[in-house]
Amino acid sequence: MSAVDRSRLPPVGPTPPFRFAAIHKDRLKNRLAFWTAEHRGLPVLSLLLVLPSGSAADFEGYEGLAAITADMLDEGSGDRSAIDINAAFARIGAHLDIDVSSDATVLSVSCLSRFGRQALSLMADCVVRPRLAEADFDRIRQLRLTRLIQIRDMASAVADRAFMQLVYGAHPYGHMALGTEEALRQITIADVRSFHQRIFTPSSVTLIASGEISAGEFEQMAADAFGGWAPDEASPVPDPVMAPPPEEPAHRLALVNKSGAAQSEIRIGEVGLTRSTPDYHPLLVLNMVLGGQFVSRINMKLRQEKGLTYGARTSFDFRRGRGPFIMQTSVQSDATADAVQDALREIEAIRGERPPTHDEVSAAKAALTRGYTRNFETVEQVARGMAQLLLYGLPDSYFDTFTDLVSRVELDQVRQVAVTHLNPGKLATAIVADAELVGPQLTRAGLGEPVPLLPRL
Amino acid sequence: MNIPFTQHTLDNGLRVILHEDHRLPAVAVNLWYHVGSKNEQPGRTGFAHLFEHLMFEGSQHYDKGFFHPLQEAGASLNGSTNPDRTNYWEVVPTNALELALWMESDRMGFLLPALTVQKFENQRDVVLNERRQNYENRPYGLAMMAITAALFPPDHPYHWLTIGETVDLKAATFEDVRAFFQTYYHPANASLVVAGDIVPADALERVHSYFGDIPPGPAPGALDVTASVDAEIRLLLEDRVEFPRLYLSWHSPAVFTDGDAEMDLLSDLIANGKVSRMYRSLVYEQRIATEVMAFQNSRELGGFWQLVATAAPGRTLTELDDAITRELSTLLDEGQTADEVERGRVQAEAQFVYRLQTLGGFGGKSDQLNAYSVFLNDPGYFERDLARYERVSAQALHRVAREHLRRDRCVVLSVVPKGRHDLALAGSTPANVS
Repeated sequence: MSAVDRSRLPPVGPTPPFRFAAIHKDRLKNRLAFWTAEHRGLPVLSLLLVLPSGSAADFEGYEGLAAITADMLDEGSGDRSAIDINAAFARIGAHLDIDVSSDATVLSVSCLSRFGRQALSLMADCVVRPRLAEADFDRIRQLRLTRLIQIRDMASAVADRAFMQLVYGAHPYGHMALGTEEALRQITIADVRSFHQRIFTPSSVTLIASGEISAGEFEQMAADAFGGWAPDEASPVPDPVMAPPPEEPAHRLALVNKSGAAQSEIRIGEVGLTRSTPDYHPLLVLNMVLGGQFVSRINMKLRQEKGLTYGARTSFDFRRGRGPFIMQTSVQSDATADAVQDALREIEAIRGERPPTHDEVSAAKAALTRGYTRNFETVEQVARGMAQLLLYGLPDSYFDTFTDLVSRVELDQVRQVAVTHLNPGKLATAIVADAELVGPQLTRAGLGEPVPLLPRL
Repeated sequence: MNIPFTQHTLDNGLRVILHEDHRLPAVAVNLWYHVGSKNEQPGRTGFAHLFEHLMFEGSQHYDKGFFHPLQEAGASLNGSTNPDRTNYWEVVPTNALELALWMESDRMGFLLPALTVQKFENQRDVVLNERRQNYENRPYGLAMMAITAALFPPDHPYHWLTIGETVDLKAATFEDVRAFFQTYYHPANASLVVAGDIVPADALERVHSYFGDIPPGPAPGALDVTASVDAEIRLLLEDRVEFPRLYLSWHSPAVFTDGDAEMDLLSDLIANGKVSRMYRSLVYEQRIATEVMAFQNSRELGGFWQLVATAAPGRTLTELDDAITRELSTLLDEGQTADEVERGRVQAEAQFVYRLQTLGGFGGKSDQLNAYSVFLNDPGYFERDLARYERVSAQALHRVAREHLRRDRCVVLSVVPKGRHDLALAGSTPANVS
């Protein structure tokens, strides 16, 4: 009926080349680093303030300190209250976002470029001169304690928490950034003040700008906002994320009871690799085959073949230290044991009886590389890309070479990293479900007797 | 500031909108069908969304799933259904535009020959699991069902949520699929945007060759419905939650109609962010709530505006309600300050500029062009859309707030922990949802 040939799919042309923005790096007199990627087109700016220290820096018994300290930064500065500070951001159409992960603390603001100077100066007020007042602290702590209680009702958050506790125990990756109720009650405003003083210093912080701004303009702006910050004696401290994680999980199978739950939240995994592993790119490819995209083995099995779930996926969470490998899904309660067995079988099979095939690996490599350019469409994506370079010590050329690095991965390497880095003997399974319903199901299926777990929250 | 485009209508009625942007070697393909859960019937709910799932299961000339070839070509892709429309999109490297058009046109023209009972039943199970995961197993997850059921009468198509009722999903039949496809999935009920690294004339030619021969179907009739709330309605819902939460909901203007932008701005000024009135009063000063938020749900047949607040430990919904009522009455008496109006305006400007950064996906430029095309038949509406926000005045905000936010036209839902009816506002009756 038409001129179109529907007997076969149209061929896809060669991948267009991609170049990441040029990065200009420099330091102010007080040694504060600033990185600029000029990216013209629209009158917008993304500004980040990156500190390579996050919740993994919490001392034992003070879980949640890094996050509550960061949360206090926009709660007033000088003679301005929290409301004043937030109103000042709102008046320039901007909003300060504060994110604390295990490895980093990142403050970010997106704004119209004509407001860049004001945005950066407000960021300096927050980071260099926060009020850290006791009354604000009491209020923020109460909100965070309440949040911890609310999380108990969120099956997916409880499952994440239970899994990390099971696999990492007392390792700095074993607690949530939000911390625990016990620790939050322990922490005082004095702890926050001294933590802030020690962690936020000119030599530890990097400013990143991407968008309609030149390196010279950003330097001037950064000097005006942060130039008065007194220089510190940079004293290298050991990175807490490098502490060795436990060799084995605390239990192989744990069940958190949620009576009447409509579904079972499942996490299966183990301690994985650092971002600096030489196997990084083969592992990315492996993950795409196993559970990293819609057409991956585990999603096709659990969702498309069996209809047990809305979706299932796996990921290697590469951090500076050894982040987790996790399979996660949420399934109908009566199929919990079935789903766990299928997931375990797929992980076992990809390193044994059904290794990645040539077709799977070439499709995975294509999926990773062909559309790579769309990861850097907005100024914020470019700025966050630079933050990755900073946090993991990657070369400026890294994003330009990514496609090449992935393309060079060979089938044998992918098969090899599956055998080396997936350890069925160490996999831990954490499930949040109606225990009365699911417990006997797991045991009957031969998965063993689940250990009842009460996550530390 | 605008999104330049050219527009064409094929002989079969397909609207085609082309937008050129060469910043990245990528193209966004975005296709809207003007059908959503509003086109369902009571007792047959959830079908539009279930159908969207089937669109990813393969079509006559490529029956191995929709994702495989596109992910392998480096695409990101997805689809979504809401009450008013269903959208599908791919963002592909420039060199794979042909593939995306091939795939989209094949499922528009040739879906049914590839559909099987087995695919249908499998995706129905997936959707039932999606419903359990995102509604039933989520704290406060059923609140919206109770609210829309009270705001809109049973025969109004916004009475039910897009995800549908479990019993209806289980009753859906394979025969329903054919009828639904023939009624709604054809060129005359669709709008296609191709945006990005294209030469428009060339892109149009390709669109023509892929979509031009697909026969049109009947134009679905317009829906003629109304809804109003004429008294305060108090409802309660028990849930597995620790802290009671209050939802206040009012009817509000339809998308892009007079007052819609004002209600949208009011949500931020009243309850979103630390500087909003309700946050300041309830969370910061009085500490009786842990969070507050507000939304203008802009929809085609009429909107609704919502205010939500969660009680702090030991605080009651009555305390929250009293504080909210005080803040609202101050607002309705005095209106917005000049500072608030200016803040709203500059925030709107920033949001519009940020949106221009993204070509594809939900909310990107291509999706935006289609929203204007489908709801207004005017893809060039971007500048006027922005102008709606820029010309907002304190007087207009005041007028619109007074017109819509009347307590005697409000649905008030208390969500309380299981077994704690006593924590709901006095006089609340149980909502019937599952």
